[in-house]
Amino acid sequence: MANLFENLSDRIQGSLKKLTQRGKLTEKDVNAALREVKLALLEADVNYKVVKDFIGKIKERAIGIEILDSLNAGQQVVKIVNEELAELMGGKSEALKLEGMPAVLMLCGLQGAGKTTMAAKLAKKISEQGHAPLLVACDVYRPAAIQQLKVVGGQVDVPVFSIDGSQDPVKIANESIDFARKNGRDVVILDTAGRLQIDETLMTELQDIVASVVPKEILLVVDAMTGQEAVNVAKTFEDRLHLTGVVLTKLDGDARGGAALSIRAATGKPIKYVGLGEKVDDLEVFHPDRMASRILGMGDVLSLIEKAQGAYDEKQAQALEAKIRKQQFDLNDFLDQLQQLKKMGSVQDLIGMIPGMNKKQLQGAEVNEKDLVYTEAIILSMTQKERINPSIIDGKRRKRIARGSGTTVQQVNQLLKQYKEMKKMMKQMTNMQKQFKRRGKMKLPFPGR
Amino acid sequence: MEKKNGFFNKLFGGLEKTRQQLTDRISALVSGHSELDEEFYEELEEILILSDMSFETVEALIEEVKKRARKMGTKESRVAETLLREILIDWLTDPPKESELKSKLHILLVVGVNGAGKTTTCGKIAALEKNNGLQVMLAAADTFRAAAVEQLMIWGERAEVPVISQGQGADPAAVVFDAIQAAKSRDVDLLICDTAGRLHNKKNLMLELEKIHRVLKREAADASIEVLLVLDATTGQNAVHQAKTFHAITPLDGIILTKLDGSSKGGVIVPIVKDLQIPIQFIGVGEGIDDLQEFNAEKFVDALFPQTVDKA
Ligand SMILES: Nc1nc2c(ncn2[C@@H]2O[C@H](COP(=O)(O)OP(=O)(O)OP(=O)(O)O)[C@@H](O)[C@H]2O)c(=O)[nH]1
Ligand SMILES: [Mg+2]
Repeated sequence: MANLFENLSDRIQGSLKKLTQRGKLTEKDVNAALREVKLALLEADVNYKVVKDFIGKIKERAIGIEILDSLNAGQQVVKIVNEELAELMGGKSEALKLEGMPAVLMLCGLQGAGKTTMAAKLAKKISEQGHAPLLVACDVYRPAAIQQLKVVGGQVDVPVFSIDGSQDPVKIANESIDFARKNGRDVVILDTAGRLQIDETLMTELQDIVASVVPKEILLVVDAMTGQEAVNVAKTFEDRLHLTGVVLTKLDGDARGGAALSIRAATGKPIKYVGLGEKVDDLEVFHPDRMASRILGMGDVLSLIEKAQGAYDEKQAQALEAKIRKQQFDLNDFLDQLQQLKKMGSVQDLIGMIPGMNKKQLQGAEVNEKDLVYTEAIILSMTQKERINPSIIDGKRRKRIARGSGTTVQQVNQLLKQYKEMKKMMKQMTNMQKQFKRRGKMKLPFPGR
Repeated sequence: MEKKNGFFNKLFGGLEKTRQQLTDRISALVSGHSELDEEFYEELEEILILSDMSFETVEALIEEVKKRARKMGTKESRVAETLLREILIDWLTDPPKESELKSKLHILLVVGVNGAGKTTTCGKIAALEKNNGLQVMLAAADTFRAAAVEQLMIWGERAEVPVISQGQGADPAAVVFDAIQAAKSRDVDLLICDTAGRLHNKKNLMLELEKIHRVLKREAADASIEVLLVLDATTGQNAVHQAKTFHAITPLDGIILTKLDGSSKGGVIVPIVKDLQIPIQFIGVGEGIDDLQEFNAEKFVDALFPQTVDKA
């Protein structure tokens, strides 16, 4: 499945393994390595033409690399791939432009992309930044779309403007501006109906809205699962509306999100935010480097770390970091962590973001939210000695612990297995961290902010 | 039939761009390369991948074209299009299904990821079957998404069929339970259960779905139950993972491919149907109540690879 390319670096290096002769990388050597890259990108839904250009660029740079040994050659190719990908993915994430009274922000995109949910998430984010947004229901077509916006508006405590019975989104957008001015709302967020980019009438409608309320931000909402057509969709929206940016949705799924790369290549427009869940809080600033590694299948360590940061007490995090580094992570820490995890939302999501964790590995490490209750009970039934040094927990102790916690020996075994997996993951993270440090590009996990 | 014609026109209308692009590109390819050589196949690969067929599938497809061309003893590129059509139709034609009418009550459980088109499809199927003379009922088992219940109610009004609901936040399994009782007592032929969109990698949500399915099987033991997965044709390779995971949790009896009126080709269904052997039952070709069509492999491939450019 998606993890087919979990170890793209390994595969690139594997394809260059046979290189024993010294000298320079030939076109043939490079082609073998680049086939792996091509497959990874296509599997990630990067547009075929974008892939072709990309591969071309890497090839140019890779041919002629001095071979000291196959590992070195492989590493160099991986490095070039990373660099080119980061370049294509764009620089730093960009903030929204919200000056004006009111500033208008328009969301547009295909049907089912997630515009309405995104509107609420952005409204919340923008309120938190000290603005007073207004949500505007311009989707007059889809049944109950206005009602949906009203509900999510209520969830984020942002008023919703709509005109009951109106079938005219241009008029609604227009009148919302007056309403915002009169009511002291300084950002107007227009939720528009989903539409196909080949629907002439509806595309013209969007142009009319733009002409009439002149949005500061026109954001294309794109489902991260989108396939090869992402390029044409984005290009058409760009041509017709001159987008200011893109937001990606449903990144909490397991799609690699190659569409992000295609869209970036096709429009040159920055991706500003990403949606990571159905709840109004599940919104993050876009990080090009993370997206690049996700597309290549290198996991999303940094997102994980940042997410964890939000919920972790900083001191605790630092203490934990030290322990992880020294690999002294014991069951007390495990318990602690699980309790923290409960605050963070889906454990599955978090684990899924860890590189090298594929489905098979996950089976051992899987943490079901419901099981957390048992886990706590089990660990609490252990002596301190057992928690600090779980390897002493033999059959007899397991039985005692199971009895004490009202669970079964199987459940105790399961937990110990999870703990072991977790420890393994921690080790992986520490290794990653070392790599990053070596490259001097990325920060440690759990840094103080 | 008047209506059917409308459907087909819509399909061809919707796929018009698609098919023109593909015909143009394939015929351009054929006229540019008279021989079936590596260069030819590489171009072909590109055209096929752009339809969202997986790389693996494209490789297998091209291998098969090569094999059949060899058998025919020809190196002429002209045969490629015919062969492609043949092979694809072969792969997409569902294994014959014996649709026994063992029970009166038939239940559809409609599942899929967020925004795929489940609710709309439920409304369309309800209207279609109601027009076919069946007694139809809808169940609003998406109790999670804001205004999902209201959305289905509106479809119920449009299709003129009753909707069983308990409002937002209710237990979806309980809604389904209620709906089964209502369906039984009101002598319903077809009960269509809309469910909340869920990403297949969310374990808890998938367990919830499993539970709904379990309740269905238990409470309607003598009904025939079908699980239908709604896939958005715009989706890329993730659709394969969606199909596999949903199939593992609630074994699928069919797929509905929506949004084929868009510019996406929906090629990703080829590996799905080929590998999982799940038939495509309907395709969605628009947002209107009539924009639903029964899937037909030949017509689908026809729309992708028309033999002549004789469209109206
Ligand atoms: N163009 C087009 N749009 C469609 C089609 N089917 C559904 N849609 C649109 O896609 C959007 C999402 O459809 P819904 O039916 O709400 O999807 P859903 O799967 O129920 O969504 P959630 O319940 O939110 O997960 C709506 O705007 C529909 O009108 C189709 O075949 N073609
Ligand atoms: Mg729905």
